[in-house]
Amino acid sequence: MIELVDLVKSYDGVTNVVDGLNLTINSGELVVLIGSSGSGKSTILRMINRLNSITGGDILIDGESIQKKNPIELRRGIGYVIQKVGLMPHMTVGENIEMVPKLLGWDKKTRRKQAMAMLARVDLPAKEYYPRYPGELSGGQQQRIGVARALAVNPEVILMDEPFSALDPITREQLQQEILALQDELHKTIVFVTHDMDEALKIADRIALLKDGEIVQYSTPEELLRNPVNEYVREFVGNDRLWQTPEFLYARDIMRTNVTRISMKRTAAQAIEMMKDKDTYVGYVIDTESRPAKRFRGEVSMQQLKNARGRKMAEIMNPDAVFVYDHTNMAEVLSLMQEQNYKRVPVLNRDHCVVGYINRSALLNIITDVMPSAGSDDPVELTAETITEAA
Amino acid sequence: MNFFEYIIMQKAEIFTLTLQHLEITGMSVLMAVAIGVPVGIMITRFKKAAGIVLGIANVFQTLPSLALFGLIIPIMGIGYTPSVFVLFLYALLPIIKNTYLGIDSVDPAIIDAGKGMGMTDGQILGTIEIPLSLPVIMGGVRISTVINIGTATIAALIGAGGLGDLIFKGISMNNTNMILAGAIPTALLAIGADYLLGWMERRLTPTGVSAP
Repeated sequence: MIELVDLVKSYDGVTNVVDGLNLTINSGELVVLIGSSGSGKSTILRMINRLNSITGGDILIDGESIQKKNPIELRRGIGYVIQKVGLMPHMTVGENIEMVPKLLGWDKKTRRKQAMAMLARVDLPAKEYYPRYPGELSGGQQQRIGVARALAVNPEVILMDEPFSALDPITREQLQQEILALQDELHKTIVFVTHDMDEALKIADRIALLKDGEIVQYSTPEELLRNPVNEYVREFVGNDRLWQTPEFLYARDIMRTNVTRISMKRTAAQAIEMMKDKDTYVGYVIDTESRPAKRFRGEVSMQQLKNARGRKMAEIMNPDAVFVYDHTNMAEVLSLMQEQNYKRVPVLNRDHCVVGYINRSALLNIITDVMPSAGSDDPVELTAETITEAA
Repeated sequence: MNFFEYIIMQKAEIFTLTLQHLEITGMSVLMAVAIGVPVGIMITRFKKAAGIVLGIANVFQTLPSLALFGLIIPIMGIGYTPSVFVLFLYALLPIIKNTYLGIDSVDPAIIDAGKGMGMTDGQILGTIEIPLSLPVIMGGVRISTVINIGTATIAALIGAGGLGDLIFKGISMNNTNMILAGAIPTALLAIGADYLLGWMERRLTPTGVSAP
């Protein structure tokens, strides 16, 4: 666990770049420090391994003040990855990875074995890359080696200072995935600095949004998207962001709520009337005697009802209707609806009561929200509804 | 008597003087390396001192060599020691300057990575900065050596010996053979030293830095 306590940093003794900052990073957590340039994010990171001195306050790692430790030993126990990679150009890939193990006095055999293992861990063919020089490698490969080097002595804490900012988007994406995969396996405590909100949302367990050396909001990516504490956060995150991130959008956020709930005992004629009242084409059949009450049992369409006058719901309904939960995320809802070509799915709560439904026009609304220029809402909605329901 | 006959006749003396010449030059350059490299490294750490130190070294470089030899006589007299001392002053600037530039041009990201991994200042200097700037430092040594081989001929005027002896004696005796017997070996020495040190410079460039 890393604790930043009333942390202050000033370079000139007049203005505080970091001003009384408190932040706790739990063990095994990947915390992203994000902010525009000058927000103090890199300064804070570099204070954790004492590359920047601490002006006031303290930093504790596992309860111990880092100021009481020898800075050289402290740094050897903390992985460090920087934007410009900083591989030694005159040393082979192997020698680069073995650097800290060598500083710690490991013997040659153990060092080599570890370097090989680390290369494999970052998905590079170990035997082939071990004897090569950094200058022969692409930017992405170099940064993989940068990560391998940081992992070499298996440190608990890893600091990453905009490690992927200089890479092209495709390589960046790959390395982000790789960090996630590594983190799933290794559970390191990672402090990751970036200015890229997409990157932060993708990899962070928690995000600390900084402004002028202070934390504006410290929360999970989802919380940051859903409940920005103020206008600054909202703007920094971007207004459309929630809609662009289907993983953080749930069925309950977009479902329609004009649901026709029909008891199993009702007749077709009654059901038709109820559906007309609600202006819907589909009814959801519920069990009024279940415990808890009103469990979802199946669905009926207007078409089915018209052909089945006089019969009860229990006979008419389709009992195997596919449904989603209100906390199912939109990425899943979308793929379900797309793969199975469902026009409409009911949304159930934890008690299996119908709380709403999602149809294609509800989905269209997301798209129009993401791309406001796609057209005004009403004609789109009307057309979509008409097409969907007529089919 | 033609030039070649003269050379063969005087070969013992020419050989002795060549050795003397090499000794004066070599000694002065070695001293300049011993002082100049540490000073060059030092001023990368204290950037404010860099301007002053380089300025002083530059003054010695700017003074005409003959004037500098003249200035040193009242202080150190004549002979081997003052000659080596003046040549040493001459050799200083290229060595200090190249050391300073070489170390200063090492990518700060590499130093930062080294520090962040927990290398001590000494380890950063020894395993990163010096290896990476060695070709540039050697370039300075090469320039100093070549300049000093030429300037050392003038040291003969204050009694240091060396191939300059033959040249000045030849001038005063109007003996062309004698002048050439001093001038040609000096030129060959300069070319040879330049070639040898150039080769060393390339050898000392770490693999990976010059990787094709």
